[in-house]
Amino acid sequence: MNLLKKLKQSLTKTRENLAGRLENLFAGKRGLDEEFFEELEEILLTADVGVATTLELVEGLRQRARKENIGDPASLSSLLQEEVVKLMEHEAAGLQLAPSPPTVILVVGVNGTGKTTTTGKLAYRFRQKGSRVILAAADTFRAAAAEQLAVWARRAGAELISHQPGADPGAVVFDALQAARSRRADVVLVDTAGRLQTKTNLMEELKKIRRVIGREHAGAPHEVLLVLDATTGQNALSQARLFHDAVEVTGIVLTKLDGTAKGGVVLAIAHELKIPVKLVGLGEGVEDLEEFRPREFALALFGG
Amino acid sequence: MTAEGKGVVGVLFSSLAEKLQNTLRKLKGKGKLTEADVNEALREIRLALLEADVNFKVVKDFLGRVKERAVGLEVQQSLTPGQQVVKIVYEELTALMGGGENKIKWTGQPPTVIMLVGLQGAGKTTTAAKVALYCQKQGRRPLLVAADVYRPAAVRQLQVLGEQLKLPVFSPEKEENPVGIVRLALDEARRLGHDPVIVDTAGRLHINEEMMSELGAMKEAARPHEILLVLDAMTGQDAVRVAEAFHRELGLTGVILTKLDGDTRGGAALSVRAVTGCPIKFIGVGERPEALEAFHPDRIASRILGMGDVQTIIEKAQAAIDREEALELQRKLRQQDFTLEDFLRQLKQVQKVGPLEEILGLLPGVGPWKQLKGVQVDPKELVHIEAIIQSMTPEERRNPGIINASRKRRIAAGSGTKVQDVNRLLRQFEEARRLMQHLGDLAGGKKGKIKVKFPPG
Ligand SMILES: Nc1nc2c(ncn2[C@@H]2O[C@H](COP(=O)(O)OP(=O)(O)OP(=O)(O)O)[C@@H](O)[C@H]2O)c(=O)[nH]1
Ligand SMILES: [Mg+2]
Repeated sequence: MNLLKKLKQSLTKTRENLAGRLENLFAGKRGLDEEFFEELEEILLTADVGVATTLELVEGLRQRARKENIGDPASLSSLLQEEVVKLMEHEAAGLQLAPSPPTVILVVGVNGTGKTTTTGKLAYRFRQKGSRVILAAADTFRAAAAEQLAVWARRAGAELISHQPGADPGAVVFDALQAARSRRADVVLVDTAGRLQTKTNLMEELKKIRRVIGREHAGAPHEVLLVLDATTGQNALSQARLFHDAVEVTGIVLTKLDGTAKGGVVLAIAHELKIPVKLVGLGEGVEDLEEFRPREFALALFGG
Repeated sequence: MTAEGKGVVGVLFSSLAEKLQNTLRKLKGKGKLTEADVNEALREIRLALLEADVNFKVVKDFLGRVKERAVGLEVQQSLTPGQQVVKIVYEELTALMGGGENKIKWTGQPPTVIMLVGLQGAGKTTTAAKVALYCQKQGRRPLLVAADVYRPAAVRQLQVLGEQLKLPVFSPEKEENPVGIVRLALDEARRLGHDPVIVDTAGRLHINEEMMSELGAMKEAARPHEILLVLDAMTGQDAVRVAEAFHRELGLTGVILTKLDGDTRGGAALSVRAVTGCPIKFIGVGERPEALEAFHPDRIASRILGMGDVQTIIEKAQAAIDREEALELQRKLRQQDFTLEDFLRQLKQVQKVGPLEEILGLLPGVGPWKQLKGVQVDPKELVHIEAIIQSMTPEERRNPGIINASRKRRIAAGSGTKVQDVNRLLRQFEEARRLMQHLGDLAGGKKGKIKVKFPPG
């Protein structure tokens, strides 16, 4: 099933949903009056798009409508999608692979967003393509985090490098990279402990992990993926900003889109920080990870 | 105001109070607050609430109520109309989020069963351990139940937490059905005399009917006294729908807000409170098992409004100490005739406003008032203090200097306290008198360091 279908499916599950409301709005006979734009604003705000980005989007549409003499709501629908796609379309959005293996991917984020699950799903994805995958259990803090990753390693057919609880995550990463070299692995996925972006000591720890990776393998990490929970509101901006400051995030994974079919805050992130969304999580199974396609996302969310 | 982070959003927050003051200063002393004044003030507040992730609909209803209260009010001398509206917003916010019993409801026939439910990744497992530790510290014998059989290693996670905290964990050996697990756990709790029983459930989506009805079945089996929704404080607009869905299915008795140790404004708290009416019983403020706190509606109110600093304190102080009383107090401070009766009134106000220490500590130029630690009042102590002061003669209250040993014995007997208690009160009073004097000087501009809006003296 493709992303669009899945998204639409979860959209229909949520009553009074976004797309439905937009559909009604754009099908309206009312014309483009003040009330129309106010409702559009409301719909975007309830999708967690955030005040600043919403106001800018709506103002942009208002002006285009005026300039291009657009009078009926229906034609504004495609304009809105266009704007959203424009916001979300940054450079190459696919995962960056190493010129010489292993490709190292560092997975970061606040507590509970789905880092470990995403790491497991990613491992499965690479395994499907025949890659040899090593998982580094660099969350040595949370109780049973390594055991959780071990289950995913089994599911995906990947190898696991883990240490004792409380061990130095940098050491785990070091070992994982050594193992990758001697076993000629293609991919190393590093699952880190959840941390709130405002805890400076924990962010320092993350920087250190990144440094260890860089030291052991020039050019690595090739991706630093920030895992964001799509249910999150405006705090996601702060998460993106501070994780980016600390470890140069190269892409976002938007998880739990099966629950909310929104995640509008990524628009605000794209608007302000220009970090591309690369993957979306659509469930708890190994296969519930999809590449992010801006056009489909825009269509599913704002296409009606 | 401190600028919160960078970017548009930060600027929006940090300037809320300023904007309000600037755009509305011209209206000062104009008589009544007109609808236009109020609308102008509410526009900014609306943005602040939305940026704090308060649900759109909740914002609308809420501001409607504020408007009703604000339009037509006399413009107060001491406040700009903008401040006055902010004050009403703040009071309404606090009122809305307070109320309701925010302690755990204990049953007369133990064990009390507490079920934790919520979305994936909200923090249920960690919170279960925190609640258990909290109960243990109250002298109870909790039993943790690992009923999340879905997420890999979730059971193991709770077992490890149990080992770390030396708390018993009931975990399924052969049983794989959450309903069965709960039944077995309850038997075990009764057999071994555990109370409460704290059930950690698997995270699930509110739109997953099958998983939601599983919770219903667990409820049926466990007959829980508390069903608490564990909610990530960073949740956005969907928080209302999530809460509604869980409430509809289970009848929630309360909410625990997690991850409040970050920089989220936590507007979800307001949304969820508004749609379910359930009180917020605890907040999670860290990853350590001890990081569970009681919920203070006033703190979250200023947090949501994004004016945690001076503005809030002014509002707080002004809300509680009315102008005349403050004037009178200040006059007394000047004249050194701050009496024990004033002291009592003062303590009651402190209790209303929040610890004096906290209020003063936040004021620029005042710094930490370590000495004030002694003046912090807990409600129980206040009852004692009140009793002691009421056992004094009017003369003693005005002039505590005359209270000698025999008077102390009489007062202690009269108030059902000990002589040491009377002594301590007198010491605290002296301390307070000294500090109040100092504060009076500051507010009166002698030191010129702070501009609290105490009336000019
Ligand atoms: N419905 C849904 N659930 C998800 C998705 N991704 C992760 N989850 C669930 O979210 C919960 C938390 O996921 P984890 O992978 O443990 O999150 P984490 O970020 O590693 O958590 P910490 O390491 O504790 O910070 C689990 O119950 C996952 O099954 C998704 O795309 N959809
Ligand atoms: Mg994890």
